[in-house]
Amino acid sequence: MPQLSEKQRIVITGVGLAAPNADNLQDYRSSLLAGKSGIDEIELRYVGKVPAGICSFPETKYRKKKENKRGTRAGCLGVYAANEAMQDAGLADYLHYSQNRTGVYIGLTEHGTVETENEIYNLSQFAFNTDFWSHHHNPRTVLNNPAGEITMNLGITGPHYSIGGACAAGNAALIQGTQMLKLGEVDLALAGGISESTGSFGIFASFKAEGALAVHKDPTKACRPFDTGRNGIVVSEGACVFVLERLDKALARNVRIYGELVGYAMNSDARDFVLPYGPRQAECMQLAIERAGLTPKDIDIINTHATGTKQGDIEECNAIHSLFKDCPDTYINNTKSIIGHAMGAAGVLELAGNLPAFADNQVHPTINVDTLDPACALQNLVANEPRQLATVNTILNNSFGMVGINSVVVVRKMTSA
Amino acid sequence: MTIDEIKNVVLEIIQDIDDEADLENLNPGEALRDQLDLDSMDFLDIVMELRKRYQIQIPEADYPQLATLDSCVNYLIPRLKAA
Repeated sequence: MPQLSEKQRIVITGVGLAAPNADNLQDYRSSLLAGKSGIDEIELRYVGKVPAGICSFPETKYRKKKENKRGTRAGCLGVYAANEAMQDAGLADYLHYSQNRTGVYIGLTEHGTVETENEIYNLSQFAFNTDFWSHHHNPRTVLNNPAGEITMNLGITGPHYSIGGACAAGNAALIQGTQMLKLGEVDLALAGGISESTGSFGIFASFKAEGALAVHKDPTKACRPFDTGRNGIVVSEGACVFVLERLDKALARNVRIYGELVGYAMNSDARDFVLPYGPRQAECMQLAIERAGLTPKDIDIINTHATGTKQGDIEECNAIHSLFKDCPDTYINNTKSIIGHAMGAAGVLELAGNLPAFADNQVHPTINVDTLDPACALQNLVANEPRQLATVNTILNNSFGMVGINSVVVVRKMTSA
Repeated sequence: MTIDEIKNVVLEIIQDIDDEADLENLNPGEALRDQLDLDSMDFLDIVMELRKRYQIQIPEADYPQLATLDSCVNYLIPRLKAA
């Protein structure tokens, strides 16, 4: 591994999350190891009944109901996750860092769709007279909204903005936070991803029109990456925020370190609006591994992006096979099968769900693999039951998105500084 | 609508904006903003809700007349007389 000073080494010291099956990391990990699905059926305007992942969490733990009504669902999810992350990192009192040296970087697949759809529906009740258009439209739909709501709630006066990166956005925000710390722009970064997409009929309807919306009579079985019966994506809401800081400060604070962000990469397919492209994904993984000073053999767990679409899963499996075919000790799993596709939050929620593997050395299972698609038959795919390993030192997390965006992060267990 | 009915409508709208608002101890002659956790966007919520419910257009120049509960009711009396 490259020798970096402690000021250039970025570590994760706090995790806050709201997932469809848990509202904290410990319960989330238990649910993932048990393969307990967080998917249920919801009924959406115009679309009807669809499988989806909805988060249940104490929404008024960190701000009033009035503020939740004023803001967006993404803001509500983000404020909860950010506060939980700060608590988890032992930073709730803000004694160790300055608010003006803290940055908030939030990955979003989309934002404003939910608000806009709701307002147009409202307008339709008033003969489309725009006098009835909400004064909340602009502050709720500006792209920095969820990150900004976090700063207002926590009194953070450093930079905040959103990273628009389709379904690669969560990892992209994590990378952004890491880079800002390395550049010395901030001393503390809250980086993660948020999705309120389950509130938008348009997102479901569009996936349906693309032939990419999962359908199953049992919602818990609807998301089934790598299975021959897969038929599309299950949309979920969610949020995950990580506290990132430099290693020297984390060591000085003597706090628990979940892992070090040792490698990352982003690239573009430059090909198609919706179809993913395995060779470029492989290049992205390769670059992240190289930057970490590692080789594919050093990766213990690959957490896949696979969403349960026919071609997407095959593309990623081909990419993984091309890099890892000679890596008998690398294990592969998929979190979406359990929590659905949390869009902007997907990459970070999926990474968070695997970080505890550094402590328990287990690989959580990919569920709903009843009949493995031969085109997805990767060696060491952890299907249906968790897998106990001797030790887990390195996790590679994939996240890919529409219009050809790929993001990969590599996180290493902290053994010694 | 009677004065009491109008008053109740305004209080109901405020309650809907903030269900934790202490309306029991509200001084009707004092500015709402000084007694409740209301800002300019909340006042726009009140204006919008009145527009939706009763089709009342309140011009911006009249917003100061919504400052207290009493002034709000007085302003609305002629406009909601037939409601």
